[in-house]
Amino acid sequence: MTGLWGQTAPLIDWEWIGRNMGEIVDRTWEHLTLTAISVGLGLIISLGLSVVALRWRWTYSPITWVTGLLYTIPSLALFALLVPIVGLNATNAVIALTSYTLLIIVRNLVAGIDGVPQPVLEAADGMGYTRRSRFWRMEVPLAMPVIIAGLRIATVTTVGLVTVTAVLGLGGYGYFILRGLNTFFWTQILVGVMLSVVLATILDIGFVWLQRLLSPWSRRVS
Amino acid sequence: MAVDSMIRLEGVSKTFPGSASPAVSGLDLEVGRGEFVTLVGPSGCGKTTTLKMINRIIEPSSGRILIDGRDALATPAFELRRSIGYVIQQIGLFPHRTISQNIATVPNLLGWDRARIDDRVTELVDLVGLDPKMLDRYPAELSGGQQQRVGVARALAADPPVLLMDEPFGAVDPIVRKHLQQEFLALQDRVGKTVVFVTHDVDEAILLGDRMALLNVGGIVEQYDEPEVILANPANVFVESFLGGERGLKRLALLPVGEAGMRWGPVVDVSATPGDAWRVMEQETTDWVGLVEDGRLLGWVDGAAVGTSPLRELEPRPFLVTLSSDSSLRSALDAVVTGHARVAMVVDEGVYKGMLDLEGIAEEITE
Repeated sequence: MTGLWGQTAPLIDWEWIGRNMGEIVDRTWEHLTLTAISVGLGLIISLGLSVVALRWRWTYSPITWVTGLLYTIPSLALFALLVPIVGLNATNAVIALTSYTLLIIVRNLVAGIDGVPQPVLEAADGMGYTRRSRFWRMEVPLAMPVIIAGLRIATVTTVGLVTVTAVLGLGGYGYFILRGLNTFFWTQILVGVMLSVVLATILDIGFVWLQRLLSPWSRRVS
Repeated sequence: MAVDSMIRLEGVSKTFPGSASPAVSGLDLEVGRGEFVTLVGPSGCGKTTTLKMINRIIEPSSGRILIDGRDALATPAFELRRSIGYVIQQIGLFPHRTISQNIATVPNLLGWDRARIDDRVTELVDLVGLDPKMLDRYPAELSGGQQQRVGVARALAADPPVLLMDEPFGAVDPIVRKHLQQEFLALQDRVGKTVVFVTHDVDEAILLGDRMALLNVGGIVEQYDEPEVILANPANVFVESFLGGERGLKRLALLPVGEAGMRWGPVVDVSATPGDAWRVMEQETTDWVGLVEDGRLLGWVDGAAVGTSPLRELEPRPFLVTLSSDSSLRSALDAVVTGHARVAMVVDEGVYKGMLDLEGIAEEITE
C-alpha cells in the first residue's frame, strides 16, 4: 500500500495505536472538556444575551451583529489576537471557542421563544398564567426543540474547532493531526480525524436523544 | 332588563396605541347571570376587543367592568382570568401537554389536589363528548373538532361562572361547526354558564344567543335584544342589512310550534259518526279527515272513503311528517309546503296537539 507522499508504509499502524492508548484517552478527555466548557460557557452567556434581547427588543440586532462579527474571525487569527491578552493556553482556546458558539445559540434561543405560537400564549394568559410562569411553563418548554437544535450545531462545530487549538499545544484529537502532518505519519492523522468525526457524531446523536427526552410531544406529531 | 347582572360594562372605551379613533367607545353592556349573549357585527366593530376587555387580555383605556359585582380592573389579571373560561378560535391548546394536562390547566393553577383534578377531567371528557382514549395524546394528534371540544373542556375545568368565547367554531368546517353548535347548546343547558360569544356569523349569533348585541364600527351597540325581537323589529337600517335576507324565515327557525296558534283542523275521533266527519271536511274544505283515538293520532283517510260504515272500520294512512311542540315554525313551514295536505300535524309522544297551515304560520311572522 502506498502511504502519504509516496511512502510505503501500512495506512494504519495498529501497534502504534496500542502503544499510545493512554495518550488517546487523555486527548479524548481534553477534546471533550474543551468542547463542554466552551459550549457550556457559550450557553450561559447566550442565555444572558437572549434575556436582554427578549426584554429589550432593540438590543437583538446589535447582539447578533457583534456575535456575528466574532463568528467571522478565523480561528487561527483569534487565537493569535488573544495571545498578548491571556497567553498561549487553555484560557485562550476556551475564549475563542466560546465566542464562536454565541451567534448560533443566541439566535436559536430567541427564535425558539419567538416561535411559540401566539394563540398558545393568549390561551395561557386567558387561563390565568402569570407572566413569569407562562415563560417557564409554556415558552421555554415549547422553545426547547429549537434551543437544543442550536446547542447541537454549536457542539458539533466546536468539536471541529477544538482540533485547531493544537496550534496552542492543546487540540484534543487535533494534536494527533498536527503531529501526524509534521512527521508524515499517516496513522496519527487518521486517528485524529476519525476520532473527531466519531465524537461529533456521538454528541450529535446525544442531542437528538436529549431533545426527544425533553420534548416527547414534538415527535408524536403526525 | 337583566335583573341579576353577571357582567356589566360601564362606559368602556379602548383606543389602541397609534390609532386615531377608538376601537370601542363608551360601551355599556349588561349580561345577566346564566345568560348566553352573542356579540356580532362586521369586522372592525370592536366585538373581539370588547370580549377581550372582560378578561383583560386587552386592557380598557377607560370605563368600568364589573363581574359578579366585583371590579375586574381592581383584581389582579391572572386571578380574574382563573375565574373566567376562555375559548379562542385558534383554540391555543398547549402542544407540549397531553389532552388531560390541557384540560387540567386551571385546576392545576388553582392548586387542586390530584384526585380532585382527575375526577374533574373524567367528568369533563364525558361532558364535551370526547373519547377518554384521547386523554394521553398530544393536541397535534387530534382533529380540529376534537381540539375545540378540548378547548371547551379546558375552559370549563374549574367550573367558572363566566365563559368568554371568541369565534370558537370559526376554524372548523361547516358540518362540524353545525354539530359543535348543537352540542354546545345542549351543554349550556346542563351547565348554565354566563356566556359571551363573539361571532361574525349572524346565523350563529341568532341560533345560539338568548340575546344578541349587534355592534357597529367603533363598538357602537346598534341593537341588543332577543334574536326573535331583533329579527321582527330591526332598530335601524344597519341592523336590517346586517341581518340579511330571509329575516322572516330566520325568525321562524327560532319560534317553537308550541307557542304558535294551532287549530284542531279536520280531525275527528274514531267514535264519531261518518256524518260528523263529513261536516268537519265541509267546514275545513278538505277532502280528507284525520282520525284520533283517545287523543292519539291514527292517520288520515280520503274523504271519498268515508261512507256510512263506522269510521273505526276504515284503514287510516299515516302522516308522513309530523312535528312536536318544540319543533321550529321553520320546520312546520317546510312540512306545509312539501306535504300534500298543506298542513303540519303536531304530535307530542303520539298525542295529537293540533295543526298549522300556511295561514297560521304567516300570522306568526307578521305578528
